[in-house]
Amino acid sequence: MSELDSLYREVILDHYKNPRGHGLIDTPDAEAEGQNPLCGDEVSIAVAFEGDTIADVKFQGRGCAISQAATSMLMDMVKGRTAQEVATMSREELLDEVGIPLTPVRLKCALLGLGVLKLALHKGRGTPLPEEWAGVDELELR
Amino acid sequence: MAVTTEAKLDARRLRADFPIFEQPIHGKPLAYLDSANSSQKPRQVLDTVRDFYETSYANVHRAVYELGLRSDAAFDGAREKARVFVNAETTGEVIFTRNATEGLNLVAYAWGLDNLGPGDLVLVTELEHHSNFVPWQFIAERKGADFAAIPIDSGGELRLEALDELEARGRVRLVACGLVSNSLGTVNPVAELAAWAHERGAIMVVDAAQAAPHRPLNVQALGCDFLAFTGHKMCAPSGIGVLWGRRELLERMSPFELGGEMIRKVTVERTTWNDLPHKFEAGTPPIAQAVGLGAAIDYLTETGLEAIERHEAELTAYAWGRLSEVPGLTLYGPPPDRRAGIVSFNLEGIHPHDVAQIVDSEGVAVRAGHHCNQPLMTRLGINATTRASFYLYTLPEEIDRLVDGLHKARKLFG
Repeated sequence: MSELDSLYREVILDHYKNPRGHGLIDTPDAEAEGQNPLCGDEVSIAVAFEGDTIADVKFQGRGCAISQAATSMLMDMVKGRTAQEVATMSREELLDEVGIPLTPVRLKCALLGLGVLKLALHKGRGTPLPEEWAGVDELELR
Repeated sequence: MAVTTEAKLDARRLRADFPIFEQPIHGKPLAYLDSANSSQKPRQVLDTVRDFYETSYANVHRAVYELGLRSDAAFDGAREKARVFVNAETTGEVIFTRNATEGLNLVAYAWGLDNLGPGDLVLVTELEHHSNFVPWQFIAERKGADFAAIPIDSGGELRLEALDELEARGRVRLVACGLVSNSLGTVNPVAELAAWAHERGAIMVVDAAQAAPHRPLNVQALGCDFLAFTGHKMCAPSGIGVLWGRRELLERMSPFELGGEMIRKVTVERTTWNDLPHKFEAGTPPIAQAVGLGAAIDYLTETGLEAIERHEAELTAYAWGRLSEVPGLTLYGPPPDRRAGIVSFNLEGIHPHDVAQIVDSEGVAVRAGHHCNQPLMTRLGINATTRASFYLYTLPEEIDRLVDGLHKARKLFG
């Protein structure tokens, strides 16, 4: 398989064309948005809780296949987990799911959604942010 | 002015001057369609810089020994080449900067802080690169002046008829406009804008970053007051740029950066400033980079800027036709006969980042993103484009390879 075919493997293109959890939540308990100024990717994420558990999570965005597909996969991964669990979720867990080789530039695309979700949980549930984001209102991955 | 020659540029021969093309990328010849971002460097420039370091390098304007004299001669010689390149009256008006951004910031701070205030209006355009937008927005706000952007029409050209309405907002003090748009390739009517600005007592600042590498420049004919460009887009090393400014304005301005070289006399009580252009060149300048810029100017002048402009016009018309054949492709900006060698487009349903990555696998380098043009992207209702840009070494078959890559992207995402 060529480098390109592995980057744009079937599952990535499927998530890009048919994103899971795409849309809005009427009365979200937490929300945030973020962008990658380098390429103009944008993602906003809204979360609804039942108790401590994420009952529903939806995203909207404009961006490359990698950023949108990774966010779509993330939506599937975090439903049913607690805010605390997701706040401490490692990037490797998402990257394993994405499962493609990424250059440093494209890595930022793949991690945009996870960053925005952690920011939403921080704003809505007070979970800790990764140290380097202390004090941000809107995530910008540089 | 040089006599216009109708000689055709031989891109294939010039290409041999650029060592970067000797290596394959992903096993294929490199099709470098990102020269608006930064150009590749010819051997003539690389050799000049290396030779300068190996035989003549010392700090400038302070060493009394032989190498210092050689270094001065090379550095000052480069400034003279830059003077001729833009048709400035004196080398005192030619300030070396790091890049176009620094030149524009110099004017924004050194002119703007002392000359702008409440009731004043600073005008830029919706086409501006952030480097000719954000400094004005920032300084205007700091000084309580109003700030506005001249709008574009749906074809990506300035709507000069909007000036009357904009003018009603305040006393126009400064108009800042790029000669060539870095996203759309639009060639702006800068001379016309400069005349309009001067009728109102305003000054005209021109960002020539996308023009200097590709077409003859003449600050007298443009009638502007400041003009900035950068070396790295015109075959020179990165880290060197030029700001040209009218002597009478430069003389009245406060310095921008402060330190060594830019002073005449320093005491505890007060400091006085050096003559132009040194007043605006604090610290050790990018010496070898300036020498490299001089070599790049020689290279472009020998190649012929008119010939470069014509070569790129042919490529642009060709690219316009070929890209128009691709289903689902939207081209932005004016038609080929009213633009420089830059084309921005989008493929339906495929983000520019993905487009750029897919064509890269074919050895084709294009830019994807907002190109430091976020206000323009907002105006166009998009957040990014794919951009192909051409230079003296670009061949038509490289545009064919881009088009092939776009078909591949459509198939992959189909």
